[in-house]
Formats: sequence, C-alpha cells, structure tokens
Amino acid sequence: MASVDTAALVDWIHRFRDAVTAKRDWLTELDSAIGDADHGANMARGMDAVVAKLEAGTPATVDELLKGVGMTLVSSVGGASGPLYGTLFLRMGMAAGPVTELDATALAASLRAGLDGIVARGKAEAGDKTMFDAMAPAVDALDAAVARGADLAAATVAAAQAAAVGRDATLPLVARKGRASYLGERSAGHLDPGSASTTLLFETLAQATAESS
Amino acid sequence: MKKLINNPADVLAESLRGVALAHPELSVDFETQVITRATPKDAGKVAVVSGGGSGHEPLHGGYVGVGMLDAAVAGEVFTSPTPDRVQAATKAVDRGAGVLHIVKNYTGDVLNFEMAAELAEMEGIEVGTVIVDDDVAVQDSLYTAGRRGVGLTVLLEKLVGAAAEEGQDLASVVELAKRINAQGRSMGMALTSCTVPAAGKPTFDLPEDQMEIGIGIHGEPGRHREPLAPASEIARQLVEPILADLDAAGPAIVMLNGMGGSPLIELYLMYGEVVPLLEKAGVQIARNLVGDYITSLDMAGCSLTVLKADDELLRLWDAPVNTPGLRWGA
Repeated sequence: MASVDTAALVDWIHRFRDAVTAKRDWLTELDSAIGDADHGANMARGMDAVVAKLEAGTPATVDELLKGVGMTLVSSVGGASGPLYGTLFLRMGMAAGPVTELDATALAASLRAGLDGIVARGKAEAGDKTMFDAMAPAVDALDAAVARGADLAAATVAAAQAAAVGRDATLPLVARKGRASYLGERSAGHLDPGSASTTLLFETLAQATAESS
Repeated sequence: MKKLINNPADVLAESLRGVALAHPELSVDFETQVITRATPKDAGKVAVVSGGGSGHEPLHGGYVGVGMLDAAVAGEVFTSPTPDRVQAATKAVDRGAGVLHIVKNYTGDVLNFEMAAELAEMEGIEVGTVIVDDDVAVQDSLYTAGRRGVGLTVLLEKLVGAAAEEGQDLASVVELAKRINAQGRSMGMALTSCTVPAAGKPTFDLPEDQMEIGIGIHGEPGRHREPLAPASEIARQLVEPILADLDAAGPAIVMLNGMGGSPLIELYLMYGEVVPLLEKAGVQIARNLVGDYITSLDMAGCSLTVLKADDELLRLWDAPVNTPGLRWGA
C-alpha cells in the first residue's frame, strides 16, 4: 500500500484497543512488578473510550481523527500514560494536518512529531526504562525503512520489530523515571510496562497497514 | 481479596456517593469526580486545589472545607486525575484571585496538573503550583523522578489553606508553600502490601517476617527490605534519615501517620518511640498529629513527617479548620 487513510487509522486504533484489552492483565502484572499496578487497566479504559468516541462518528481528516484520539486519552487514562499517549496522538495529528491519508513519509513524520511531544512532556531519555525505549527505535526504524524506499507495510513491520527489541532491552535496565525509579537496582530484571504497550501500538500499526495493502 | 465493595470498577464512584451523603457541607460533582465546598469562599481570595489518585483517604477529599482546600480532584485508585478534571476543579473554585495547585511529586500527578494549568491559563485563570517532594526515602534523587510527595502534603494543605483563607495573594501563598516544602521531610515503612481493588491481589509480596523501609504512599519501596524489627528499632529507622537530611532542632510540627492498615494503638506506640528520639536531637514538638491522614488503602505501616516551624507557621496551623479529616477552632 502507498498510504493509510482514515479508515486504516481507525482500524489501527481498534486493533490497539483489542491488543491492550487482551494483554491487560499482562501489562498490569508488569506494572505491579515495578510500578503501581494500573497500566493495563488504564490503557484498556482509555482505548475503550477512544473506540466509543469513534463509533459515534469518524472525523473526515487525519488531524481531527488523531487529535480526537489524543484528547480522549488525555481525559480518560490518567496516570503518566494519559498525558504521554495523549500527547503522542495530539502531536501526530498536528503534524499530519487536514489531509485524508498519510503516505509512508508523512506517517513517519507524524510519528516523529509524536515522539518529540512525548520527550517534551516526559523528559525521558534513552535507557531511562520508559516507553521512549521502545518508541524511539521504532520511529528511527520507520524513518530508515522509508529512506530505503520500503513500502508502508514493510516499514511498519520494521518499526514493530525495533519496538520489540527496545522493549526487551528494558529488561536489565535500572529505571530513572516514573514510579519504577524508586526501586533503584530492584527495577532491573523486569520489562517496562510502557515500552510493552508501545510495542503493541507499533505491532497493531503493522497489522493495520498489512491488512489494507 | 476481601473488601467492602460491590464491583472493583465502581469503587471510586460509589465511595464518592457516600462522601456526598455523609458530608452535606461538601459538594460532589460525580461527572468530574471533583469535591468542592458547598459554600464557596469569599470572592477575591486565592483558591487551593489538590488531588491525585484515590486510596489515600482522607487525602484529599477529606481536607476540603474552610481553612484548607477549596477543591479536591479524585483520580482512580492510585492513578492521577486527568487534566480536564483538574481544570474543571480549578474553574469551579477560582474566586478571581488565582488558584494554587498542590501537586505531589509523582510523574502522573505532575504531568496531568501541568497540562491542567496550561488549559486553565488559556482561559485566563492564574495558576500557581507547588510540587511537594518531602520523602527522604528516595536516595540518589538525581537518578530518579525525584523525591516523592508524601506526608508533608497534609501539613502543607492545612497551612497554605489558612493563608489563603486570611486573604494572602497568590504570590505569597506560592512562596509560603515552597518554604513549607523546603523545611519538611518524611519517611515511611510498610509491614504489608496494599491491595488495589482493580488488581485484586497484593501489589507486592512482603513475607510475614520482613518489612519494607522507605515506602511511598502506594507501597513503592525506597530503601531496603529487612527482617521485621521491634517498634523502637523501626522508630530509629524513620527518625535518623529525616534528621540526617534536615536540621530540625527547634520548634516543629510532627505527624505520625498510619498507612491505613495499622490500628491506632500501634500508631500511638510508635509515636511514643519517636518523640524521645526527636527530642534528643533538639526537636521541640510544638504541634502534632497521630492517626490515618494520608493512607495507602489497606497497607499496614506508618510514616513520620517533621516540619520545622516558626511563629508564622504555628499561627497558621492554629487557625480554624473545618473539614471531614481535620477540624479545630471552628
């Protein structure tokens, strides 16, 4: 496929909702090991709200769609994940603009803007053991694949794989941000829940682009 | 999990219904989960708003009332409230003199209140913020999200609430809040984990013969786990890190707080152990609180807060307060 339209983005959102719902207990378990045991519940609640809003009517343009997703997450998730995931989608929407579809380059630019937004809000850096550790390599891989001339489906698969590698690389890290940072050395040996849900975000993106190509 | 609940998903909504029924002097907006005073304070006075995850009762809803908070925003259990709700609270209680946000230093709370302040300011409401970070259990805070906001939040809400009530402007109230934060420290410990209703099982395993030193108000550890010790030894482990971080000689306000699952007989026993240690270090306990003031659901354990005081702080402390969780002189 050459581009994702709003229907493909909605498909992605549904798939992400289904994934965080299916993995709800796993995400919460990861969070109870090093955080406050609510990541799965919060993400599932937030994505349910997003899907309910989309079922009431899908916006015509990509920016309205993504900004709507972002605002709904900000106002329904809470915790640190709400502002961070919310900011991701808000910034993605702002970068995309009032278009009806995104080609690979535009999707990569939109995700890059989202990542920058998360960095500005959460001030995380590589190796802090946060969602950034999955998200940054995923966006880098997407950019690299697009630069190589890969099509959208191949580029999003590369991004999903990089996210998973980044997620797994959080296992030995000592957390420096968020609730897990208070565990110090004891946070090592556990996956970061934010990087786990971020990986689901990219895996479902790859599924959505594969499906519609 | 054995709890007095119906459905884990409804715990907060149904608890707020009880708050409204128990306290006609408060007003509960069930849509935004914001608790405000039924009778707003006078126009022209700074409003004080706090909030955070639920499960720490009486914090924060129990401190809404004359002499303390104007509004409390209740997030889901252990989950900070969302920015739109904090903004709704801010808008509801602004009396034209600006609003102070009291925020505990937890990433979620900081991010959501930051976004809420941006939203409120876009609507022309002046917002001042104090981030409370009194927890000495967090070492090497350069490498973490920083010290957590714990017990000092209670004392700060009381003192700053009194200053706002007597008509101090936003800049003075913010300055006072920061001064209080700078001279107060806390340290906590747990005997058991708590159980978050939505999770259904204890957040962490803590064997019968172990205790966790340096927990935050969700049970997150700060220092180490070790064999269970007598109260006298636990008292030493709470007092020493505080005094190592704060020269507390002189008058002070002291709180020995229960985490929700320890009976008052044990909290008084702990207070009896803590006082001589503090006095030996030259701390003159001018005022005190002993009881459950900032809890962690059903966690057993306690925390100690020491705030260096002066005549100004003691005057504000003694000012009338009339809330479900703290009441005197009113």
